[in-house]
Amino acid sequence: MRRIDKDQRARIRLTLNGRALSAEAEPRMLLSDFLRHSLGATGTHVGCEHGVCGCCTVLIDGTAVRSCLTLAVQAEGRDVRTVESLAAADGTLNPLQRAFQNHHALQCGFCTPGILMSFTDYLARNPRPSEADIRDVLSGHLCRCTGYAGIVSALLEAAGYRQSSESGSKS
Amino acid sequence: MKPRPFAYVRPDSVDEAVAVLAAHGDDARVLAGGQSLLALLNLRLADPAVLVDITRIAALDQICDLGDKIEVGAAVTQNRLLAWPQLAEKLPLLAAALPFVGHFQTRNKGTVCGSVAHADPSSEIPLALAVLGGEVVLRSQRGTRVLSADAFQKDMLTTTREPDELITAVRFPVNSGRGVAFREVARRHGDFAIVAVAALVDGQGAVRLGVGGMAGAPAVRQIAAADGSTARGAVDKMAVELEGYEDLHATAVMRRDLLRRLGPVVIDEAMRCAA
Repeated sequence: MRRIDKDQRARIRLTLNGRALSAEAEPRMLLSDFLRHSLGATGTHVGCEHGVCGCCTVLIDGTAVRSCLTLAVQAEGRDVRTVESLAAADGTLNPLQRAFQNHHALQCGFCTPGILMSFTDYLARNPRPSEADIRDVLSGHLCRCTGYAGIVSALLEAAGYRQSSESGSKS
Repeated sequence: MKPRPFAYVRPDSVDEAVAVLAAHGDDARVLAGGQSLLALLNLRLADPAVLVDITRIAALDQICDLGDKIEVGAAVTQNRLLAWPQLAEKLPLLAAALPFVGHFQTRNKGTVCGSVAHADPSSEIPLALAVLGGEVVLRSQRGTRVLSADAFQKDMLTTTREPDELITAVRFPVNSGRGVAFREVARRHGDFAIVAVAALVDGQGAVRLGVGGMAGAPAVRQIAAADGSTARGAVDKMAVELEGYEDLHATAVMRRDLLRRLGPVVIDEAMRCAA
């Protein structure tokens, strides 16, 4: 039985984007803060801290969850993936990220990491969703810039319904 | 905001979990998916001394077919039940209601039992449990109790669970072959419902109608052989009896009006589904 006292700091080990990492944390530390402040992975953004905005969404064992509604200690021993894991080592964007670029699916970009992680999970489990399905999953994220039209277009491209508009967007 | 400090315990078995609850009583809170509790902790609306994380107890992470009932363990997430291959056949009412629970991302972590334990008056899973006449299984060092949904949830966020008890599972009666329907009105998809209505119709055309968001706990009424006008009459009577309540999202008048509009539609849908 794992037991950590109120003011005790315990070493939390987990796999972050394929690397085994650890840092100390009190029981009350949220996974979102642990990733950003203790492990330096600042790609995960923190918005509302009560599960509504979706900015902090990460994958735990492949499943998209709110890192602000998860304690760091709950991710102990788990495989955590954040937005930093999506592009290749040389910076080449993956198809989902490229679709966002093609369709101007971000402006300030604050909400983008969470949306990318949600759909990394969702599209892996549901390769041919309808537009209604996409909008349903997207309802778990708040974007205050785009009005969502560009995001839906990008997700339709990522789901294989639309041709990449890359050549068009360059002209 | 961030939670106040608390101790964290992660038992490996149900026996260990109920021992921790027996030792700490009211100062302990059970942590399952945490999709309501962590938000309350972050907002400092809850201040437990000890959190008891039950999510790694393998015995609680199971969906068991008991024949006439489906037992869902306390660590089973809402999305896991939604993806259970026999859901549409055995529990069509849950198949209709679960997509309204939070969002894809919160259902990935939020548990079925946690939603019942939290007992929000307008949440979907306690309503489905009440309409189906389901049960809540509670374990403590003193033994096991099985309560009907009706005997479990008494009021807004208030249940008859004792501080040393752990909800180990909920049981939904199999509702194959019945007509079912579920609808709700919320400000945004994924929000708690302002009013939610669920109906279950048996082979003789008798309706069990459940309403969430009108009182402290889900309200269920039996309506004998409902045609259009008896259904409207029964729903109207229910709206008057329940009164509804006023909060930031809706007045009691609006709640009654929503019930009068939603009720007959849901009954009709369930009747057509049964036919």
